[in-house]
Amino acid sequence: MQCPKCHAPMHTYNRNGVQIEQCSGCRGIFLDYGELEALTRLESQWSQPAPPPPAAPQAYPAAPAAPAWGAPQHGGHHGGHYGHHQRHKSFGHMLFSS
Amino acid sequence: MTATALLAELTTRAKVTAHARTTSCVCGTSTLADRPDATVVRHADTVAKAHAPSTPLAELTPRLAAAGRLPGILLPPLAPTPAALHGRLVTFWPYGTPVDPQNPDAAPWEEAATLLARLHRTPAGPDLPPMRGPAKAAQAVDRLRAAPPHPATRPVLDAWATLPAWARAEAPMPDTRTLCHGDLHLGQLVRHPAPDGPWLLIDVDDLGTGVPAWDLARPAAWYACGLLPPDEWTRFLDAYRAAGGPAVPPEGDPWPALDVPARALTVQTAARSLTKALAAGRPLDEVEQSLVDACARMGSAPPELTGTFAK
Repeated sequence: MQCPKCHAPMHTYNRNGVQIEQCSGCRGIFLDYGELEALTRLESQWSQPAPPPPAAPQAYPAAPAAPAWGAPQHGGHHGGHYGHHQRHKSFGHMLFSS
Repeated sequence: MTATALLAELTTRAKVTAHARTTSCVCGTSTLADRPDATVVRHADTVAKAHAPSTPLAELTPRLAAAGRLPGILLPPLAPTPAALHGRLVTFWPYGTPVDPQNPDAAPWEEAATLLARLHRTPAGPDLPPMRGPAKAAQAVDRLRAAPPHPATRPVLDAWATLPAWARAEAPMPDTRTLCHGDLHLGQLVRHPAPDGPWLLIDVDDLGTGVPAWDLARPAAWYACGLLPPDEWTRFLDAYRAAGGPAVPPEGDPWPALDVPARALTVQTAARSLTKALAAGRPLDEVEQSLVDACARMGSAPPELTGTFAK
């Protein structure tokens, strides 16, 4: 089969039981009748069993509980002093002091 | 007796004690600390500590005995009772390897938390005086009051005034049975036998009965002030809970139990920082300012009603 757009040959791939033709030239994708619906169905199956979406992206897990008088970064921003890779020298000393 | 004479005498005592423990000593003495409240010297595998001048024998003795009773939690002393040295009480200890101050990232948070949980679960035994955490906080605030005024003094003192009387050492603590360390920080952990034995708690000066959340409150305060990264705080708290520590509920929000002690430790640290900065004639740095800022925010957020977690 040839790409209707650029006429380069198209290759067939099987994605979860759905045949997909992709052009080796322009990377365009050709779907047969019903294949778009099949993909949509698969997509909803993927999302259904999953628990409610996480509150924050994976790279930023929810911060542990903090008191009301805590530093503002506990509101969800991960800035603040501990955002620095290097500990502040003064805090380094504080860790070891009464 | 002058401080220099004390140091010289303490050095001699450490050397004599070390030589009594071994037949072959690679001689060498170093001063580990020389402050108004403590002088600590090391000779080979032996450490001698001269306690603060006002330390009562009747309080230090049961504290020392508790350390002797709890191997695996507290470093045991070499002798069961304090010695007298020119008006100071002196105790002798085996040397242990401390946390490297240059590498606080290697801090043994889990081990510290587990040791505290085990300490808090240990019956306190008779004769132990109250843990000195609130007294130390009150002392830091008194020193700030005596220092020249500074714009940051007011928010620190205001935050102190919102605390319940027990947290200001003006009333007995609501828990009089739980064994607490009283002054936990990363300088209070050593590996014994050096250099890679298990971690143990050191320093019995503030040990006693009281509210165990006080021992968690310094890391809690650092975390609340945005200084300790959330993952290190979580490691510490989770390990404490996993070891069955009684200071916080096993799950859920720990802050009702931590709030008052963490406020007190924030005030204490802010007061110490400010007093030192004033004495040195320098401005507060970014870290110290974050403690003062937290004190300022405490004014508009009254302390949690539950000062302790009901066991």
